[in-house]
Amino acid sequence: MKLDSKIPEGPLAQKWTNAKFNYKLVNPANKRRYSVIVVGSGLAGGAAAATLGELGYNVKCFCYQDSPRRAHSIAAQGGINAAKNYQNDGDSIFRLFYDTIKGGDFRSREANVYRLAEVSVDIIDQCVASGVPFAREYGGMLANRSFGGAQVSRTFYARGQTGQQLLLGAYQSLSRQIALGQVKMYNRHEMLDVVKVDGVAKGIITRNMVTGKIDRWAADVVVLATGGYSTVYFLSTNAAGCNVTAAWRAHKRGAGFANPCFTQIHPTCIPQEGEHQSKLTLMSESLRNDGRVWVPKKAEDCAKNPNDIPEDARDYFLERKYPSFGNLAPRDISSRAAKEVCDEGRGVGAAIAGVRRGVYLDFADSIKRLGKNVIAERYGNLFDMYENITGENAYERPMRIYPAPHYTMGGLWVDYNLMTTVPGLFAAGEANYSDHGANRLGASALMQGLADGYFVLPYTISNYLATIPLGQAGKIDPNGPDFEEAENNVRSMTDKMMSIKGKTSPRSVHIELGKIMWDNCGMARSKESLTDAIARIGQLRERFWNDVCIPGEADNINIELERAGRVADHLEFAELMCYDALDRDESCGGHFRLEHQTEDGEAVRHDDQYGHVSVWEFNGVGKAPVKHIEPLEYENVQLGVRSYK
Amino acid sequence: MSAKTLNLTLRVWRQKKPEAAGQFVTYKIDKISPDSSFLEMMDLLNEQLIEQGDEPVAFDHDCREGICGMCSMTINGVPHGKNRLQTTCQLHMRSFSDGDTITIEPFRAKPFPVMRDLVVDRTPLDSIIQSGGYITQRVGSAEDANAVPISKTIADKAMDAAACIGCGACVAVCPNASAMLFTSAKMSQLNMLPQGKPEKDRRALHMVQAMDDNGFGNCTNIGECEAACPVGISLDFIAMMNRDYAVAKVKKIFSGAA
Ligand SMILES: Cc1cc2nc3c(=O)[nH]c(=O)nc-3n(C[C@H](O)[C@H](O)[C@H](O)COP(=O)(O)OP(=O)(O)OC[C@H]3O[C@@H](n4cnc5c(N)ncnc54)[C@H](O)[C@@H]3O)c2cc1C
Ligand code: FES
Repeated sequence: MKLDSKIPEGPLAQKWTNAKFNYKLVNPANKRRYSVIVVGSGLAGGAAAATLGELGYNVKCFCYQDSPRRAHSIAAQGGINAAKNYQNDGDSIFRLFYDTIKGGDFRSREANVYRLAEVSVDIIDQCVASGVPFAREYGGMLANRSFGGAQVSRTFYARGQTGQQLLLGAYQSLSRQIALGQVKMYNRHEMLDVVKVDGVAKGIITRNMVTGKIDRWAADVVVLATGGYSTVYFLSTNAAGCNVTAAWRAHKRGAGFANPCFTQIHPTCIPQEGEHQSKLTLMSESLRNDGRVWVPKKAEDCAKNPNDIPEDARDYFLERKYPSFGNLAPRDISSRAAKEVCDEGRGVGAAIAGVRRGVYLDFADSIKRLGKNVIAERYGNLFDMYENITGENAYERPMRIYPAPHYTMGGLWVDYNLMTTVPGLFAAGEANYSDHGANRLGASALMQGLADGYFVLPYTISNYLATIPLGQAGKIDPNGPDFEEAENNVRSMTDKMMSIKGKTSPRSVHIELGKIMWDNCGMARSKESLTDAIARIGQLRERFWNDVCIPGEADNINIELERAGRVADHLEFAELMCYDALDRDESCGGHFRLEHQTEDGEAVRHDDQYGHVSVWEFNGVGKAPVKHIEPLEYENVQLGVRSYK
Repeated sequence: MSAKTLNLTLRVWRQKKPEAAGQFVTYKIDKISPDSSFLEMMDLLNEQLIEQGDEPVAFDHDCREGICGMCSMTINGVPHGKNRLQTTCQLHMRSFSDGDTITIEPFRAKPFPVMRDLVVDRTPLDSIIQSGGYITQRVGSAEDANAVPISKTIADKAMDAAACIGCGACVAVCPNASAMLFTSAKMSQLNMLPQGKPEKDRRALHMVQAMDDNGFGNCTNIGECEAACPVGISLDFIAMMNRDYAVAKVKKIFSGAA
């Protein structure tokens, strides 16, 4: 596996401009001859498909939901960052770049992050032009909020539904291209393999989730924008259908997987209530702007009504430990601090397996200062959501929150052009690893999804397509042996799963896998826990393949077959995550190795040994993967210890 | 955190294929926590069915937090159940009592054929958006986002309309299977904003035409759609749409263009 990051020449601020100038172009009249497959219709895929269609390419877009508008991006609440500096508070492209690199604990590639900050300003313009109803001030200008660890107000939002509005903006542009015939949309189609012809990605295999039909699709280039893999933990803030299948099967076809152990555990989620639970719900991080996080100082107070616990018996642990950032400390740091106090026995809420896992997020002071109406205007929908799920009124009693798996920084390795290690296979959005290092800042995933989809891929894909001779464009034969082999691969996996007819439901295996991962490869990891996890995942996988039960037929809607395929991939992928976490013998960002911490529990990085991207090559199921390294070179920022004290 | 669990009887619509006949099948399910969501109860039903060697009930869902619009069950005769301002996935079992019988069907509307059990085809809603529910604008050509001020009142109103999650409950509850609430929400959002004005008339004519072409019925001002809408889209938008459509129609008659 060769890792060439293809970082363009020139000073940081000139790299993207230089790259764009040097990219090859496809003659407008010839664009329709080139075909593009985009898997995924979220912010990254939806924006890419719409834009590539608009440019004149012949695009096919796939998603597993019944409509492209339902991609998981729709659930993002808080907002999207952009270095507009509309608030005149000292923001700039360089500051957004710097915050993102630092927030990522110095594990991302400078050139990519700078480009992200650079195009962030265009994203907001694009969204407004396409009708996204961002929040505005009375004077008619766009409103901003400060968000998740930023000391400037650079986050644009549309109530608590920013992801929805951004996605619908992209979906509308996509719909327009569908109507024009530039994009053909395939809903309820699940991609199950990537097809390589002579080592180059030239198509995919899908299963029609309504009829069960397995189809071959050929194209000159394939883009995966299939989202993140937080559902490896079973319980996460992601949609129930999110999965690693597309990325994992691409990995098995040779796409390197970068930093899979970098996962983000979000501090403000509604705690787990019981064993029946199927997902955890995020409470937007913006709540931390006005809420104060605390637990009782003494364990014996934990079962009391919080309103009866006097001020001096409360431990506002974030404010205590991080006086300058307080309740706005970055996600990884806040999550870990919450885990620590719960581990000490000072958590609140229902005890699950003997431990109370929850901390208070208290709005009483803000309500006193600003009035209930202001709080209701800011967070009303979140308070309603909380009440609906827990049955508790957060205006009167502090919310209970606990960290939950939320976002995955790791993903398919890509070069500067967003191409994976498989030529012709690109990865965008949460599915790639590119911009967030070991920890992502709030409101930066929406930014990255749209940056990749609207502003990066349209250039880099054109550049790639321009290398394919016109005579070969769109002339891939889906009847060739490589397509045949990939189709057979998909069929045999389906047949095998269907034929087991055992006793174990796919969901129960998923729950068990989730527990292994949360306990052993979650907020705190160690050599011991990871070694244990690898062994147990192997056993669980064996049980799955000997005893899984999938009722019904493969040629109909079959929800258990869909689930089983995804669980099967998670069972292989989880092992890779643990190998990566085991190999990364340092703490950084969301990856906290118990062996590497200071006396007061802060993460200790080892830049000399791990200042690199770990890129894994598939080496067979159950076999240790092969590690490759992309060294990270910092020319524009000084590596430092993140301090939020 | 309620302690008592629920024992329930479920009457669930089972239908193997679009063309197959369907029927209600009755299942018993016990020990459901009142804190679990309706879909978690369905998960447990499916686990029980798998254990008994039966096929699980197919249903659509994804985000499970009321925003993607994918879940679509008719519960005791009402799309998304009787609680106002909630989707099926937001409904929690504390809304039911021990011993209840719950009837669970797919969304019922002619333009939404049943595909299996509780899964229906709602792609006609996508067709309506494709007919004009967008702003024609090229990526990369936009002016600065603050170049055109938009009053807070308009921005807020546009957001009220834009909140639609496209679940189709409005269609399913309407005796005419009208998609007026859905269509008017998108049309009003875009027609209200300065960026959407240049295409206003065209959008109105095309989207109304698309509703007819996709087999949705007419609106006879029953208003059930507003009551069933999980995000509270207002009937006012239907009035706005009617106005925009009438204006566009008149302009078309006089100019012959739109
Ligand atoms: C609850 C929540 C709140 C969030 N809030 C914020 C926020 O405020 N700000 C922020 O910046 N970020 C936020 N995020 C993160 C952000 O929403 C996501 O990282 C981002 O939207 C991912 O976009 P995407 O386009 O990469 O993937 P997605 O939107 O997940 O789209 C994936 C697409 O791929 C398709 N797909 C997947 N697998 C297959 C397959 N095998 N075959 C066919 N199709 C497939 C799906 O159908 C879907 O269309 C939040 C995330 C969550 C979970
Ligand atoms: S599952 Fe997304 S709205 Fe119900």
